[in-house]
Amino acid sequence: MSDKPDKLITDDGLRLDGRRADEIRPMKIEIGVLSRADGSCYLEWGRNKILVGVFGPREAHPRRSQRADSAVIRYRYNMASFSVEDRARPGHSRRSIEISKVSREAFEPVIMAELFPKTAIDIFVEVLQADAGTRTAAINASSIALADAGIPMKGLVTSCAFGKVDGQIVLDLNKDEDNYGEADFPVAMTQDGEITLVQMDGHLTPEEIKKGMELVKKGCKEILEIQQAVLRKKFETPVEDTVKEAAGTEKEGEKKEPISSLEYASEAAAVEEVSKETAEFGAEALEDPSATEILSGEVIPDFEEEIEEEEEEEEEEEEEEEEEEEEEEEEEEEEDLEENLGEDLKEEEFEEEALEEEEEALEEEEEALEEEEEALEEEEEFEASVEGTPEIKEFDEIEARLEKEAASIESEEEIGLESEAEKLAEEEPSLEKEAEIEETFASEATIEPETEVEPEEASTEAVEAEEEPEEEKSEGPWKVVKDPSEAGNRGEKDE
Amino acid sequence: MSEIIATLKKDYIYSLMVKGKRQDWRGFKDFRDIKLETNIISKAEGSAKVTLGNTQVLAGVKLQKGTPFPDSHDEGVIITNLELNPIASPEYEPGPPREDAIEMARVVDRGIRESGAIDIKKLCITVGESVWIIYIDIHVLNNDGNIIDASCLAAIAALMTTVVPNEQLGLGENVPLAMKEMPVGITLAKVGSKLMVDPSLDEEAVCETKLTIVSSSDGSVSGMQKMGSTPLTEAELFEAIDLAIEKAAELRELYLKGLAKSE
Repeated sequence: MSDKPDKLITDDGLRLDGRRADEIRPMKIEIGVLSRADGSCYLEWGRNKILVGVFGPREAHPRRSQRADSAVIRYRYNMASFSVEDRARPGHSRRSIEISKVSREAFEPVIMAELFPKTAIDIFVEVLQADAGTRTAAINASSIALADAGIPMKGLVTSCAFGKVDGQIVLDLNKDEDNYGEADFPVAMTQDGEITLVQMDGHLTPEEIKKGMELVKKGCKEILEIQQAVLRKKFETPVEDTVKEAAGTEKEGEKKEPISSLEYASEAAAVEEVSKETAEFGAEALEDPSATEILSGEVIPDFEEEIEEEEEEEEEEEEEEEEEEEEEEEEEEEEDLEENLGEDLKEEEFEEEALEEEEEALEEEEEALEEEEEALEEEEEFEASVEGTPEIKEFDEIEARLEKEAASIESEEEIGLESEAEKLAEEEPSLEKEAEIEETFASEATIEPETEVEPEEASTEAVEAEEEPEEEKSEGPWKVVKDPSEAGNRGEKDE
Repeated sequence: MSEIIATLKKDYIYSLMVKGKRQDWRGFKDFRDIKLETNIISKAEGSAKVTLGNTQVLAGVKLQKGTPFPDSHDEGVIITNLELNPIASPEYEPGPPREDAIEMARVVDRGIRESGAIDIKKLCITVGESVWIIYIDIHVLNNDGNIIDASCLAAIAALMTTVVPNEQLGLGENVPLAMKEMPVGITLAKVGSKLMVDPSLDEEAVCETKLTIVSSSDGSVSGMQKMGSTPLTEAELFEAIDLAIEKAAELRELYLKGLAKSE
């Protein structure tokens, strides 16, 4: 035990470990480190070393602990006896029981426990080395482990503490600051900035608390970016691989590719803004061959015009072709369609909404956009015909028709896109790759010029960084799922 | 975990609250009737009973000679325990303390410790060898909601009336325990987007989350704890802090100031 240093903050405003008042300690996160756990995370934050394993949803034992309407979330914070200077007594202490309770409550608002009645979701936290701020570190790590386990969440939970040291409000206390400081104020918040954990001890005025909350929000934002970078790194790469494998055989593959490239582009942009630590992750991500491949997207604008022209011509041709092919293809694709129906129908629902709300809604629904292009026109016609029907007897009947029609439209599009790409490939072998990637971008631009998905995203990247990944994350696992029937099941549970 | 309450009653209370009313016609910032009795257990060095509506909490303070912690060899030791006595509610069972009992005890403890309420340096008998250990034991006798505020009040009142039993060890005369601060804990329950003071048992069953704030006489905050599983917004947090400081000052003026004078 070191004695209290004379000053915890030097005259030039630096803290003992060289940080400024508003800086967090360097954070390192590894994901999926335990093979037997459903999700796991190892996190180092300063000198804290935290290991988290998530199990479940699994059968809850004892039975009386089960809840009929939702999963039980159990959070166990445990300190290893060697994690602190004086050996800690093994097992649950009053402190760890309290921390477990508040940490569990920090996650209850975001975990969609109602999807898994009668089960338990276990979060086990092992503090291997403690150096102040273990509960906040544990929450950050648990967030990642839960995401790794594929537990549906409304967003990530991020946690960070502020405190008062030598009369000054500082972010993320280290051990000395915690021991000799005047206050400690751990906070956990959702991505929307809603506070899910508040604890405090020490001596603070309301004004100091307000000042500290500003710091905490900044700290949480930085941590969130680190968390998101880690999750992207793990969950985006497999999408790229599966797409490549499937590109030749599965028509769906071609639809997916532009999405993933979009994600990479956004990641590359986001990473630039992130602090040093994140830059590391970003760099790793960039080293990833698939990522660099996407960076070749810089070249794409040069070809954009050419491709646009070509595509416009082709689209006209295609529309004619499609009508002819329609009947034949429909039969062939029927099997696939049935499998995909669940997914497709959802998208169709979005489209309908989008139509009503017009362009505004379109901007928001990236997913829908891709389908939208051609479907928009066709659907308008279709809807008009439906609405035009003088006597609507059964709503269900119409709905069924809608579904059928929608399915056929879907197939048309996919076929259209495929053949489009094939043609491009034949005519311009050198452009093959770019054409594939850029395909939807270009066609989007031609059909929905007002929306301008690409540039807008680039400009608002920083702002969207918080929200966007939430969408991506919820989509992430869906895309990785190879078996469409599985995706269908998940979708049902969601409703 | 939580008390059982009829859905119908829950809905009734909730709809009242949304309209800005409470079941017992209190305002959102009003406490139930508070009664504070001190020195009711003569065997204890200090004691206090708080009656808050139908909630009854009894706090007793015992002092024992013991060894100090190695990192604070000239300071007394404070140990706080809260017992959810089976007498207090059909929900409570005998056995080791439950999660919520531990949590509440630690919140009370933190409020007292961090506000510097007790002058712990004066509890040192021989530096590095022996000090007074203060055991604050809080017994919940009847749970009708807001145990934690009652516990905070009972604990500080009991400490303020505590006498250090020096004679017992031949250390001279008995002296009153040296107190420096009067922390008061105020719990706010969040219903919808409204915050209310002193939730009753039924209101606790309806409310989504509770925030306990312990504040000192200088208007600073010395402890805080959010309990419950719905989030708070930042605005609600700041609103709660201001409200808690205001209510704490009221209670301190009404119930604790008198105790300090009587010493």
